Amino acid sequence: MKSRRQFIKISSLSAAGLIFGGGLLDSLASTILKENQSYFKGPFDFTRTPTYCEVCFWKCAGWVYKDENGKIKKIIGNDDDPNCNGRFCPRGTGGVGMHYDEDRLKTPLIRTEERGKQTFREASWDEALEYIASKVKKIKEEHGPECTALFSHGSGGKYFGRVLKGFGSRNIAAPSYAQCRGPREVAFIATYGSGINSPENTDIRDTKCLVLIGAHIGENMHNGQVQEMSDAIDKGATIITVDPRFSTAASKSKFWLPIKPATDIALLLSWMHVIINEELYDKKYVEKYTYGFDQLKAHVKNFTPEWAYGITTIKPDQIRETARAMAHAAPAVIVHPGRHVTWYGDDTQRLRAVAILNALLGSWGRRGGFYNPDKASVPHYHLPPYPKPEKTWRDAMGGKYALADLALASGVCDASIPTPELDCSIRGWIVNGTNLINTLPDQKKTIDAIQKLDLLAVIDTMPMEITGYADVVLPECVYLERYDSLRISQGREPSIALRMPAVDPLYNSKPAYWMARELAKKLDLLEYFPFETIEEEIDWELKQVGSSLKEMQKIGVKRLEREVDDLYFADGEDIEFNTNTGKIELYSTALEEEGFDPMPVYTQHPEPSEGFYRLIYGRAPMHTFSRTANNPNLTDLMSENSVWVNPKVAKEWDLQNDQYIYLENQDGVVSDFPIKVRVTERIRWDSVYMVHGFGHADKRLKRCFGKGVSDTQMITNVMIDPIMGGTGMRGNFVTFRFDNKKTEV
Amino acid sequence: MRYAMAIDTKKCVGCSDCVVACQTENNVPIGYCRDWVVEVMDGTYPQLEIELRSERCNHCENSPCVRCCPTGASHYADGGIVLVTKNECIGCSACIASCPYDARYVHPDGYVDKCTFCLHRVKKGMQPACVAVCPTKCMYFGDLDDPRSDVSKILKKRKHKTLIPEAGTKPQLYFLI
Repeated sequence: MKSRRQFIKISSLSAAGLIFGGGLLDSLASTILKENQSYFKGPFDFTRTPTYCEVCFWKCAGWVYKDENGKIKKIIGNDDDPNCNGRFCPRGTGGVGMHYDEDRLKTPLIRTEERGKQTFREASWDEALEYIASKVKKIKEEHGPECTALFSHGSGGKYFGRVLKGFGSRNIAAPSYAQCRGPREVAFIATYGSGINSPENTDIRDTKCLVLIGAHIGENMHNGQVQEMSDAIDKGATIITVDPRFSTAASKSKFWLPIKPATDIALLLSWMHVIINEELYDKKYVEKYTYGFDQLKAHVKNFTPEWAYGITTIKPDQIRETARAMAHAAPAVIVHPGRHVTWYGDDTQRLRAVAILNALLGSWGRRGGFYNPDKASVPHYHLPPYPKPEKTWRDAMGGKYALADLALASGVCDASIPTPELDCSIRGWIVNGTNLINTLPDQKKTIDAIQKLDLLAVIDTMPMEITGYADVVLPECVYLERYDSLRISQGREPSIALRMPAVDPLYNSKPAYWMARELAKKLDLLEYFPFETIEEEIDWELKQVGSSLKEMQKIGVKRLEREVDDLYFADGEDIEFNTNTGKIELYSTALEEEGFDPMPVYTQHPEPSEGFYRLIYGRAPMHTFSRTANNPNLTDLMSENSVWVNPKVAKEWDLQNDQYIYLENQDGVVSDFPIKVRVTERIRWDSVYMVHGFGHADKRLKRCFGKGVSDTQMITNVMIDPIMGGTGMRGNFVTFRFDNKKTEV
Repeated sequence: MRYAMAIDTKKCVGCSDCVVACQTENNVPIGYCRDWVVEVMDGTYPQLEIELRSERCNHCENSPCVRCCPTGASHYADGGIVLVTKNECIGCSACIASCPYDARYVHPDGYVDKCTFCLHRVKKGMQPACVAVCPTKCMYFGDLDDPRSDVSKILKKRKHKTLIPEAGTKPQLYFLI
C-alpha cells in the first residue's frame, strides 16, 4: 500500500530562513575569550534568571546566567531546590545546548503536495493554527470530539490538554506511563493504596541498605537519587544490585547479583521465602498493617533459594546472605521500585513482589525506607467544568486494563487503528514534546496508526522523526526562552519553582501556552484560558499561597510547610491504607477481583535462540532519551551509543572493539545504521546492551543523524502487561550482521 | 598555601557533569575539554571492579610543563596553581609533550589551555566549577596548608593515591580509593 503520509525531512526547507548559522557558538565563544583577557577577571556579574530544567522529568530548579552581551552562558542549580540542592546534572548543565542548537525547528510548517511529491512549506502561525482548528472541528463533526488525542511529555502538554478537555476529549496520554513507570504505580497502589510518583519517595539519604533491581542510578541521572545514593555510600550503606550488566551502581555495591535476565520474580519470591522462613520479617509491622500474610507464607513455601538458583543462576548462599543483609538493615531498607519497568509483560506482578518485600521488611513509611511525600497545594484558577466525553480510549480496549490509573499512550495509538472491535477510532493526534517514533515500541504499528489519521500536529523544539510524519509542525521555543506553569514537586518538603525566560525566543518559535490559547480562540474555548499570558496565571496562583511572581523571580524556589502528616509513621500509629481492606495488601483483593493472580507468580519467558542475544537497553548520564541526542554540549560528551558484547561472544563472532556492525532482531528487522562494538566483561554472555535514544533517521539532526542504533527499531516483540497495558520491551533478541542488505522476503 | 583536589573514586559515577560545567564556566570550546572522566575496569565476569576518576591538570609541584616552557607563559600562580598566560604562549606545544597526564590542549585560538582550578572563582571564595556542580559530591578542593580545609580533612581520613607518581612531578590531584 502506498503510504498516504510520507516521511519528510525538514532539512531541505528551513535552511534558507536561517537567522543564525552554525558559526554562532564559535563566534560567541571567541568573543567572550577575547574580551576575557585575564584568568582572574572572568565575566562574573551576570544577571541571573530562575528556571527549572526541561531536559528531564526531574525538573531541577536553577539559575540561568548570561554574559555581558546578554547571551546565555551557563545554568547552575538553585541551592534552595530540594530536587537538586544546587547541583545540576550534566544534562541540566548542558541545557544551554538546547538554546544554541542550530538545528532547531524555526517556523511553523504545513505538509503540502508539489508535483506529486510531499513537502513542507513555511506557514504563518495563524495559518498553521487555523489548519489544526479546522481539522479537529471536522473530526468532531464526523466522528466526535473524543476522536482527537494528545500525546505529551513535557510542560507544554498541560495547555494543549486544557484545549482538548474543553473540546470534549480525555484521550490524553504520556509515554511515561505505559512505556515506563505505569506497572510500578499500579503495583504500589494495589499494595499500599498509593503510588510512588515523581520524584520517588525513597529515603535513600538515610537508608542502610539499598536494593536495585535493574535500576541503574548513576547512569540514570535522576539527580536527587544520585545525590542521595552518594550520601548513603558515605554513610556506609549496603548496596545490593541485581543486574545482568555490571552497571555503575553494581560497581558501588557490596553485592552484585548477575542475574539471568527475565527471572527477577523468582529471586524476589525466594527472598520472601528466606525472610519469612527465617522469621526475619518485621512481625509487629506485618501484623498491624498487612493483609494476607498467611496466604503469602503458604504461597512462597516452596520458593527456596535452591529453587531460585536453577532459574536465576544466583547461588543459594548469595540469596540467603542478601536477604539477611536487607533484614539486618530493616526498616531502613529500600527495595527500589525502579522507574522504567516495562520489561517482560508481567511487570505489575514483579513490582508487586517488590512492594510486598518492602512490606515484609517494614520499610514503607519508615526512616531509610519510603517516606510520606508531601506536595504543595497551589489553588488553580477556577475554570468552567469540562464537558464529559461520551467515549474514551478505554472503550476501545474491551474492558481490559481496568487497573491502569492513567491513559496508555500505546492504548491511544492502538485506538487509532480502526478494527471491527474498536468503537473509539481516534482520527487526530496532537503530539507535544515526545518523539513517538522512538518512544513507542513496534515502530511499524506506530507508523501504521499515523497513516490512518486525519490530522497529526506536532509541537517540538527539534526536528525529531515524528515531525517528519506531521501535517503541521509548530516550533516551540526552548525552556530557557519561556514561562511555564509552576513546578509543584512532591518531596520531604513541598516546594514550588518558577521558570521564566532568560532570553527571547530564537527564530519564529513560540511558547506552548501561547499556541494553545490561540488554538482555543479558534475553537471558541477561550473560557479555559482566562488569562492572556501564563505569567498572569502564575501570579494569581502564587498570590493564593502568599507569594507573587515578583518574589519568585528573585528567589526561583520556595519551600513550603508540610501540610499533611509526618515524614514517617509514628511507632504503633494507626494507619488506614487506601486499599479494599484498609491494610497493606500482601494478598491483593483488587487484582483478584479483576481475575489476576493475587500474589506474584514466576513464569518462564522465552530465551534467545542460538546466535541471538537478549537486547537490554538503558540510560547514559549525559542524555535523556532521544531528546538530547543533537544537543551540541551533550553530544560532545557522548555522540553515539555502542553495543556491549561479552568477550566470549566477541571471540565467537570475531568482533573487535570499535568495529561497526549492524544488528538484526528475531523478526528480521535490520538496524538502519551500524553501531560500534564495545567488548566488555560488564555484560553477560546471553545479552547485549545499548543506551537508548540514538540512531536518529532525520538528516536535519545534523550531529546525531545515523549515529548508533535505535533500540526502539529493534523492539518489535512487545509483551503487553494484562493488568495495566504496559508494553514490555525486553523480550527482543538480536544477532550481528556485517552489512545491512535487506533479505528478500 | 598549597591548593589541591581530592576525588572520591568510590562515589564518582562518571557522569561527566564536571566536564560540561567546566566548559560552560571557562568558555572551553565544544570539542575540547580541560577535565575528563576515566573508567578503569578490572576482572572477569562476574568478578569485576571499576574505578571512575574525574581527571584534569595535576598542578604538580615539580611541573615539567613550567620547566620546559620557552617563554615563561606556563608558570606557578597563587597556591601552586599552574597557569598559562595566553598572550605569552606561542603554541609550541613543548608543555603538551612534557605533561605525563595529557592535561593540556591547543586552543583553536592558538594558545595552550588547561585547568586553572578555577582560580577566578577560588579568589572569590567559591569552589571550582567542577567541584560545585558534582551531583555525587565526590570532589574536595582546598588548601593543604590549612588542616581545616575540606581536602586536608578528607586526605587525613581516607586512603588515597596519585597518578603516575613515578614521574616525580609531585601531583596535587589525589584519588580516594
